[in-house]
Amino acid sequence: MDFISILSIFVLACFVGYYVVWSVTPALHTPLMAVTNAISSVIVVGALIAAAASGLGAAGGVSKWLGLGAVVLASVNIFGGFAVTARMLAMYKKKEKK
Amino acid sequence: MEHVTTPSWAMFAYLVSGVLFILALRGLSSPATSRAGNRYGMIGMVIAVATTLVTHEIAGLPEIIGALAIGGGIGFVIARRIAMTAMPQLVAAFHSLVGMAAVLVGWAAYLNPEAFGIAEGGQIHAQSCIEMGLGIAIGAITFSGSIIAFLKLAGKMSGAPIMLPGRHVINLGTIIAILSLVGYFTVDQSLWVIGLISLLAFIIGFLLIIPIGGADMPVVVSMLNSYSGWAAAAMGFTLHNTAMIITGALVGSSGAILSYIMCKAMNRGFLSVIAGGFGAAPEAGAGGAPKEQRPWKRGSAEDAAFLMKEAESVIIIPGYGMAVSQAQHALREMGDVLKKEGVSVKYAIHPVAGRMPGHMNVLLAEANVPYDEVFELEDINSEFGQCDVAFIIGANDVVNPAAKTDKSSPIYGMPVFDVEKAKTVMFVKRSMGGVGYSGVDNDVFYMDQTMMLLADAKKMVEDIVKALAH
Repeated sequence: MDFISILSIFVLACFVGYYVVWSVTPALHTPLMAVTNAISSVIVVGALIAAAASGLGAAGGVSKWLGLGAVVLASVNIFGGFAVTARMLAMYKKKEKK
Repeated sequence: MEHVTTPSWAMFAYLVSGVLFILALRGLSSPATSRAGNRYGMIGMVIAVATTLVTHEIAGLPEIIGALAIGGGIGFVIARRIAMTAMPQLVAAFHSLVGMAAVLVGWAAYLNPEAFGIAEGGQIHAQSCIEMGLGIAIGAITFSGSIIAFLKLAGKMSGAPIMLPGRHVINLGTIIAILSLVGYFTVDQSLWVIGLISLLAFIIGFLLIIPIGGADMPVVVSMLNSYSGWAAAAMGFTLHNTAMIITGALVGSSGAILSYIMCKAMNRGFLSVIAGGFGAAPEAGAGGAPKEQRPWKRGSAEDAAFLMKEAESVIIIPGYGMAVSQAQHALREMGDVLKKEGVSVKYAIHPVAGRMPGHMNVLLAEANVPYDEVFELEDINSEFGQCDVAFIIGANDVVNPAAKTDKSSPIYGMPVFDVEKAKTVMFVKRSMGGVGYSGVDNDVFYMDQTMMLLADAKKMVEDIVKALAH
């Protein structure tokens, strides 16, 4: 992909983000932060690429370990973020009908 | 361009996971759809990870699975064990991890650019250099800034702003230095350039957050949320990955909007919050004048219970103090007893109550308060005129009428609850000493219809519940 198509995706996604986030109810702002936290860990994709590379030379070896470190950090966030969001959302209940 | 060719099905898969992330946020428009939204997010993540693993030749699968298992296990245990009151610091800690991961990925890409398809003959493309440099810088700022935010929120470091002399000049200089180095990185790809970028960015993250404290924390947390998104987006540019770019843009704008909402709810400019220093100890000149002693009334739990039992409607306004004393469960119990007595009970939440956006809503939800009894400022403020009791617990500045009347007040212009219109105001507070975060005295304390309930919030509410039982 060339730079301009990537930039287009980015700019359009910013607009989508803008409208989607304004539609989030204020009561759910804390879960919103937790879930955005979890999804921003999609950076794990970059970490996996580094970790999966067949280490060429010393620099490649270091790169691999950095990648593995990033995989650990990002996965703390992925699992932790989604789990804590699910835990919070499970607590939001409507009035019980009697 | 000489990038590693990603098969088109993989590009499509990344797009799908990007769309699923959008749906995850979309779901949060109501509690009813939110759980499905969270599941979309998880599916999106699984697709992104699986696609990456399938399309890359994997040299060491056991290590990768090990890393995923270690991180996942830690994350899962933390998510299970964390107390809801500790959510702000947990979110800050999570932000720091995203930031650090971005730095590590940037460094990994620098050391092994061929694996990422961003280099030719050992030279990294100029464009990739800028993207990588910015990604590392934003990631590092997110990391060190979030660590400070975490320490402040967890009470491991004083929440008070720490002011360095000439800090604006230092900060601006450092930011300019970082940007120049990122530019220079395109022509000189030496280790020291990227090393210095990282170092300076770690320092600036630290410097940016230490002068901000206390009630400005919701803005800080939202802002760091935004940074973590921009860091992911910058890395997405480097790796030409749609899922990362979409997510980064979503998270970046989400954090930015939340910061905006928080600033607006305090009637403060974003820049003045960032500049920091609000809520510092008053200057010697301003604080020197002796305060006049004004009469106020103290009530007991029994008085409060009696009045509320007789009331038709009670509006409860929780604030950070409720979170500190963990009074939410006792409060819900009080609400239940009152409802049985036929009293209408509602909860009113100010956008900046607590230490992060939506903090109070989560705590009330944890205590099983139905979300349709919880109202936002604009939706409930007109009801105070008809309300018998306004029950303020652990909040202060958000009910201070000075915000409406006193132009010299630091909180002037901030939207506040019109509690002075209620027939009776009950103010649960630890002592008459502290006067809220802003350090402004509150006229509500001294009104005829105000009853000060001086005790720890949780203990007071429990006593009221006991008194109601009689």
